[in-house]
Amino acid sequence: MTYTPPPLPPPYTNTSPPPTLLTQGAEAHLYKTSYLTPTTPAALKIRPSKPYRHPILDKRLTRQRILQEARCLVKLVREGVSVPAVLALDYEGQSENNNGGAWLLMEWIEGLVVRVVFERWEAFMKCSGELGGKELEREEKKVRGLMRGIGGVVGGLHRAGVIHGDLTTSNLMLRGLSSGEGEGSPGMEGDVVLIDFGLASQSISEEDRAVDLYVLERAFGSTHPRAEKFFEHVLEGYQGSYKGAHITLKRLQDVRMRGRKRSMIG
Amino acid sequence: MTSSLESIQLPHLPASLPIHVALYRDVQNAPFLRQQLISGNADFEYAFIDASSVLSRTHALSAVFRAVNDYLNERLKSRNVHSEIVFSFSPTNNIADSFRKFGISDSTKDLLVVKVSTAPEITHESVAAHLAQSVEGTPAPFNDETLSRIADITKIKKAYKLGSLNVAPAGQTNGANDSGKKLLENSLLGAIAIRGAT
Repeated sequence: MTYTPPPLPPPYTNTSPPPTLLTQGAEAHLYKTSYLTPTTPAALKIRPSKPYRHPILDKRLTRQRILQEARCLVKLVREGVSVPAVLALDYEGQSENNNGGAWLLMEWIEGLVVRVVFERWEAFMKCSGELGGKELEREEKKVRGLMRGIGGVVGGLHRAGVIHGDLTTSNLMLRGLSSGEGEGSPGMEGDVVLIDFGLASQSISEEDRAVDLYVLERAFGSTHPRAEKFFEHVLEGYQGSYKGAHITLKRLQDVRMRGRKRSMIG
Repeated sequence: MTSSLESIQLPHLPASLPIHVALYRDVQNAPFLRQQLISGNADFEYAFIDASSVLSRTHALSAVFRAVNDYLNERLKSRNVHSEIVFSFSPTNNIADSFRKFGISDSTKDLLVVKVSTAPEITHESVAAHLAQSVEGTPAPFNDETLSRIADITKIKKAYKLGSLNVAPAGQTNGANDSGKKLLENSLLGAIAIRGAT
């Protein structure tokens, strides 16, 4: 049986060729489509309505969540943090004929997610066995650079007063890398771009910021064991990125001791 | 003269709704055109935009896209899709204010005209013919190069309350300025997209 995604909300029923489905999560579907000209790519995030929810509640939740995401992105773009720009938005969703869905159209980021970059790097390190001192140093230098870049972007995000809420290596992209099957060691230059603000919120509390970093640290530990030991360079990049960064880093020590749920709610 | 009118089919919008856009420089009869809007002359149902408030082609078409989408969903806040296009440039919900900031004024010299084919009799030819006899100005291509010569960056930043945004002043068109312009453009698109979300 093949999976059929829910019908597209208007105006995307007119789109030719139709948007292509890239991924889906519990709450949203992500498509690739175009904006303003047929050759300008764009990412379309659709939050379909949930038939099992009461229609009024469904509309409110969908609206609230897509707006939260859009507001965070618009704010970050204005602050110069590297995130996809918001191109267009419809938070109402069409309620009438049931093919509902609020949607968010975003700038297309060409590149690779950091998870894939590290997977390739780890595969490369594994199959090339023992590297000579010089090559090893070159490889590690690249990783340290990328780690500092990640720290800098997360710092910029926190400086702007936004918490990502789901920092993993799948939600970080490296702009400009080609997706071609890389045999050798992957490139690690380019801007780090934060994506997927579906769980983002606005906050300037150091606890929330520290938890954001802690989640990222754990994500590294569980998905990239070889790269984990370089995580300190993320914190190094973070350190200098805004004024209160050292307070957040101090708080991170506490969070490590107890886990991310201090409030014990939820 | 008809060659100055560009007809655009925007992705996602129905093929039956092409957008017609024309840019004029050195317009001589702005007070007359504005008067037609005020008196509600149906022959002059256009979006007349002061081009000095327009940063780029993408900026203008984003406002058009939002207005036409709201039109298709029967969510217009103003009288028709053409007034809605002017309103869609605005980051706020104040319609009168949006016309003051983005619409034609008596002193407008550079004018962007947008018309949506909301009825089958509105065609490239009919719009081109009517504009040719109504607008006293010099047709110019609707592209970023021309718009960047017209755009008043200070005015645009003020209208969108982006005073602190780090963008080099107008007039400079070197490579280092491109990222600044992109940042400004992206900020405008975001403001247009989330307008009305309180």
